Amino acid sequence: MKYLLLMLPSLASFLVPFYNVTEPRLFGFPFFYWFLVVLIPLSSLVTYLVYKGEKR
Amino acid sequence: MIDHLNWAAAAVFLGFFLLVTVLGFVAAHWKRGDLNDLNEWGLGGRRFGAWISWFLIGGDLYTAYTVIAVPSVLYAVGAYGFFAVPYTIIIYPLLYLTFPRLWAVAHRKNYLTAGDYVLGRYGNRWLELAVAFTGILATMPYIALQLVGMEHVIDALGFEGHGLMSHLPLTIAFVILALYTYRSGLRAPAMIAFVKDIMIYVFVLAAIIVVPMKLGGYGAIFDAAGAALAKKAAASGGKIAAGLLLAPKQMFPFISLAIGSGLALLMYPHSMTGVLSARSGNTIRVNAIALPTYSVMLALIALMGYMALAAGVHVTNPQDAVPHLILAIFPDWFVGFCFAAIAIGALVPAAIMSIGAANTFTRNIWKPFIHPAMSAQEEAVLAKLMSLIVKVGALAFILFVPTKFALDLQLLGGMWMAQVFPAVIFGLYSRWFSGWALLAGWATGMVIGTWLAWTPTAWVPVHTVFGSSFAVYNGVTAFVANVVVAITLSALLPNTANDETRAEDYADLPETQLAQ
Repeated sequence: MKYLLLMLPSLASFLVPFYNVTEPRLFGFPFFYWFLVVLIPLSSLVTYLVYKGEKR
Repeated sequence: MIDHLNWAAAAVFLGFFLLVTVLGFVAAHWKRGDLNDLNEWGLGGRRFGAWISWFLIGGDLYTAYTVIAVPSVLYAVGAYGFFAVPYTIIIYPLLYLTFPRLWAVAHRKNYLTAGDYVLGRYGNRWLELAVAFTGILATMPYIALQLVGMEHVIDALGFEGHGLMSHLPLTIAFVILALYTYRSGLRAPAMIAFVKDIMIYVFVLAAIIVVPMKLGGYGAIFDAAGAALAKKAAASGGKIAAGLLLAPKQMFPFISLAIGSGLALLMYPHSMTGVLSARSGNTIRVNAIALPTYSVMLALIALMGYMALAAGVHVTNPQDAVPHLILAIFPDWFVGFCFAAIAIGALVPAAIMSIGAANTFTRNIWKPFIHPAMSAQEEAVLAKLMSLIVKVGALAFILFVPTKFALDLQLLGGMWMAQVFPAVIFGLYSRWFSGWALLAGWATGMVIGTWLAWTPTAWVPVHTVFGSSFAVYNGVTAFVANVVVAITLSALLPNTANDETRAEDYADLPETQLAQ
């Protein structure tokens, strides 16, 4: 479970055909770009959750 | 030589350079330790807390060359260069899971390098040598490329020269760097990293606010860049796949490049040095959560390639795109600031890389094969000397060898580094693998990867597998072959070599045993 959670953002970044599109745009960024950028804080958040879970 | 020098920019640039020089020498007195001990000189005594580690590792992994090279690929071909983003998404979960274990065993057994650990775990000197050799081989061109990054900004300041004179500022900067690294060890880049990273953040924030204001927003930037890339692709007659999105044939190269680079990054000696200097496994975990901040910055830096296209920056060498974008949009004094940020961004990783390579040479090549009875003091003396030699070597590389050669080697370097991953990382979880099998796997990966990369005209990073429509990064292909050989031979060979580590050595240390 822990490993799956940690891998989730990486797995999402493997889905290239899914995010290799322009629409929907966000603040002018094509989907390809903002999707990948959003994955970065998401991976940070997931790691944080795993960390908190381990500390308990 | 200095007729076209941008004086205001050059003055600010020099000011910051002087500041970090002073810091580099002062750092010897910071968190006082015996610098004649390799553990202190080469690893800062393993006592950097979460904040220092964040700046140090960030400054270590996101190099000046990154600031120059990643946007240059977006400038040249578009979306393909954005592979750097999935790449950074992959590394941190990996760091979180594996490096606290490596840190714990390294701390208990006084390992300084990946080679040290591999020897302790598998009791195989030749596997240790293979890991050490790969690290040094891949690091040398990487240091050289930091110099390339620096030279691009020095050129953009308006410094002109002929022959060897054209390299004068770079040589001076590098000699100073070599001297304070020699004196202060890892403390120097750790202290300078604070200045460097804060400067880079300021530079990036300014760029992502100012540039869209001047060019009419991000939508307009993407549209203009897309049009410029489409024109480029059309002009090449469809030979260059350039655009805001990946061409279908670029998808596998894109993601396999991200995966392969991710496998490689943490294996570099400078990554080991940066991460192992943390004061605990928890420091590393906290950093795996906090370091992605740098990745967001990297993504924004990457987009500067598009900003340069949208701003109409025309350069023949794409690596000049970012320096010329900075020149085009910022006032002179701030140009000096940004260029100083990039140049100092070269000094920090160059220092850590030379320390990592020097530690590796001392511990894993010289000590086991030439002079086994070395004392801790002798180790430190040799490592300091090696850090100088490594830097002189990198400088000579830039002065006398075409830059393209360094670029090609760097490309191969990532592929090579990924081949030590099984020996270092698999061992953290299981001792099932045999040292000889891992060595055979490594050799297979090195040969296959290098062979795939070779073509009569150039070294290429990706190669087709299973027919003609399916191209994959060589580092990944070679890695798979490496693992298959390692597993097969481990199942066949007897595995009786000594293992000096025990399962409990990999667990976190109690808080009371950590350095303050």
